[in-house]
Amino acid sequence: MDAFLLSRLQFALNISFHILFPTITMAMGWFLFYFKFRSNVTGHPVWMRMYRFWVRVFALSFALGVVSGVTMSFQFGTNWPGFMERVGNVAGPLLGYEVLTAFFLEATFLGIMLFGIRRVPNWLHTLSTLIVAVGTTMSAFWILALNSWMQTPQGHEVIDGVVYAVNWSEIIFNPSFPYRFVHMMLASGLTASFLIAGLSAYRMLKGDDKLAPKLALKTATYTAAVLIPLQIFAGDMHGLNTLEHQPQKVAAMEGLWDTTEGAPLLLFAIPDEESRENHFEIPVPNGASLILTHKKDGKIQGLNDFEGEHPPVAPVFFGFRVMVGMGFLMLAVSWLGSSYLLRGKSFPLWLKRVFAGMAFSGWIATLAGWYVTEIGRQPYLVSGVLRTQEAVTTLPPANIAFSFTMYATIYTILLFAYMGTLMLMCRRAVEIEEISTEEREMAKASKMSPANT
Amino acid sequence: MLFENVSAETLGNIYVGLLGLAVLLYAILDGYDLGVGVLIPPREEKFRDDMIASIGPYWDANETWLVLAVGLLLIAFPEAHSEVLQSLYIPATIMLLGLILRGVSFDFRAKVVQVHKRKWDLTFKYGSLLTTLAQGYMLGIYVTGLRTDLWAQGFALLSAIGVTAAYAFIGSCWLILKAENNLQAKAYYWARRGLFALSIGIVAVSLANLTLHDDVRDLWLSSTIGYVLMAIPVACFLLLSLCGVLLKKLPDAGGKGEWMPFAIALTVFVLCFTAFGVSYYPFVIPGHLTVQDALSDANSLRFLLVGVVIVVPCILAYTAMVYKIFSGKSEKLSYY
Repeated sequence: MDAFLLSRLQFALNISFHILFPTITMAMGWFLFYFKFRSNVTGHPVWMRMYRFWVRVFALSFALGVVSGVTMSFQFGTNWPGFMERVGNVAGPLLGYEVLTAFFLEATFLGIMLFGIRRVPNWLHTLSTLIVAVGTTMSAFWILALNSWMQTPQGHEVIDGVVYAVNWSEIIFNPSFPYRFVHMMLASGLTASFLIAGLSAYRMLKGDDKLAPKLALKTATYTAAVLIPLQIFAGDMHGLNTLEHQPQKVAAMEGLWDTTEGAPLLLFAIPDEESRENHFEIPVPNGASLILTHKKDGKIQGLNDFEGEHPPVAPVFFGFRVMVGMGFLMLAVSWLGSSYLLRGKSFPLWLKRVFAGMAFSGWIATLAGWYVTEIGRQPYLVSGVLRTQEAVTTLPPANIAFSFTMYATIYTILLFAYMGTLMLMCRRAVEIEEISTEEREMAKASKMSPANT
Repeated sequence: MLFENVSAETLGNIYVGLLGLAVLLYAILDGYDLGVGVLIPPREEKFRDDMIASIGPYWDANETWLVLAVGLLLIAFPEAHSEVLQSLYIPATIMLLGLILRGVSFDFRAKVVQVHKRKWDLTFKYGSLLTTLAQGYMLGIYVTGLRTDLWAQGFALLSAIGVTAAYAFIGSCWLILKAENNLQAKAYYWARRGLFALSIGIVAVSLANLTLHDDVRDLWLSSTIGYVLMAIPVACFLLLSLCGVLLKKLPDAGGKGEWMPFAIALTVFVLCFTAFGVSYYPFVIPGHLTVQDALSDANSLRFLLVGVVIVVPCILAYTAMVYKIFSGKSEKLSYY
């Protein structure tokens, strides 16, 4: 194996593992702020109990995100030196702004959020929770600005192969950025919703009949039910934007080889790049044209127009189907759940099992979506500006093989430890008493107060 | 554009200064929490809980200074970033693995069943140790100008031990400040041992340093700056001697002056770092690549400078606020 393949594998491994955790924390920060806010407004202790449980999940996810993120900042230089040499003048400041405006904010105020409640006034604790949520969102803003610029670059000039920034607002607000940002934030909202709903359902399955998991399940199910149609709409808009700026990616997503008027929507196929055709197609006639051009006979460019310049077809094609399939499953499950909740009924056993089983479904959809967009950009690292091959290191392959093996081993262990620990935290929460002594006394006092007699 | 009048030369100095600040703050801040990690005793669980509680609210933010330092190197001096880290690929990977292991065990230990807790504690300890050794080794190789010969390897190994001793020392001083009773007594013991190791380390590294680069030796031995530079090891020696006396007296002083060992450790870190910075300026890779040659496009750096000027003071301010909030003896670590 050569340094190129190994570096790609390693980067894919690192970024895939890394994105799992920010995807959770970005939205969970806002969930925590909501819990804290409700606690302040209603004064009902259940909101604080929910806060306490989920802030620990947040802390664990955040820690995994931090440590896997640190490795990313090294990889740019070690494995992809050409990236910074050629486009560093654009990528550098965007990464710099991310570190300055997001990382420190999150990491510092997380300390107050986790350990500060007895030491700071309540408003400062609430504010810290808000700041952490804002911090995670800022971090997404900058890194997605950079990623989107790599997909649809503008606002720069190239002199002797090196990119120089010309207009920063054009660079940051490049054509695909607003779509990608919204799409990713919604993805995070859904991932966190299904995680909260799933683990709460799991707690209930393990015999937890307290209020906290019920309320968490309800909050998360409603959130998911609202976000998923928005996400499907945002995803569609993002697709149209991609068709405009990266038609070769859309062609790969659709598995469309020849430019066609009235292209079919392929529910399933096995794309074959050797013979440049699909096997076992299940087409819906004119479907793709209808979705992408909103016309029955709309023309869509095929892969053959981009020979040698288009991404590997099969992973993009299947990644897209996994993402969309997961999205529709989420739609069905969250709406079904909401229909029970709206009628004031609790979930039947099987539905709790479905929710518990889908606790990590957001990960699958998010990863599949990122594979579509990142593999879909190949063979370029920065569309039309820098090919991936040109940026790779000259390190000896044996060194990369060593680091790749180490990362793969540790990440596998950590992934299982993470999921196992979350389940364990759920099972432990079952035994914890709903009402603390303090609260019992408070309840007693309020019963005895004249207002209640 | 803002800062249009700032020349490339000035920008280079600003960014190398920032890089220096980030590295120094990292070495001090993550230094003490890595040091506490290295000192974790495998047998006494009560100590372990209290030690980890003493760094609980801080470690995440401390580690962020490393991300900033590596980020600044990447952004302002991309050529140096790729050259340094490609040469140090294996030790850098080992350091990252160490950081991953210690970072996650910190959180896992609080959430798993009792029988697994010790495993995560040990992972925390050895992850920390792996990190400090790798950092010291990398520093050593870096100072030699990325040489790979046997002499450079020997120097790097010396530096690996020296950096670990320095971190363990500042870590035990932190514990003196934060801990009580038995653990504090233990911390005094660790600090005395660490002080001894650190003193030997500083002398050895200073002497070995003089053999590495001719211009550095000239700077130290013949120029007027040399006198100032020479004053630094002398000052360090005096401070550490004072610290040695304090470490003997303070345990009986009834809690007075517990902050002094940490303050001295901090000052020694600043002094050593200053000597190091002055010796190698204007190089970003000693004897090899200068600040100006490695600098990336001035316009991009001006754009980032706007953020730096606004945000860095804020970061320093809220970091100080957090240290104030959690000042005093550390409480039992309970997630809330």
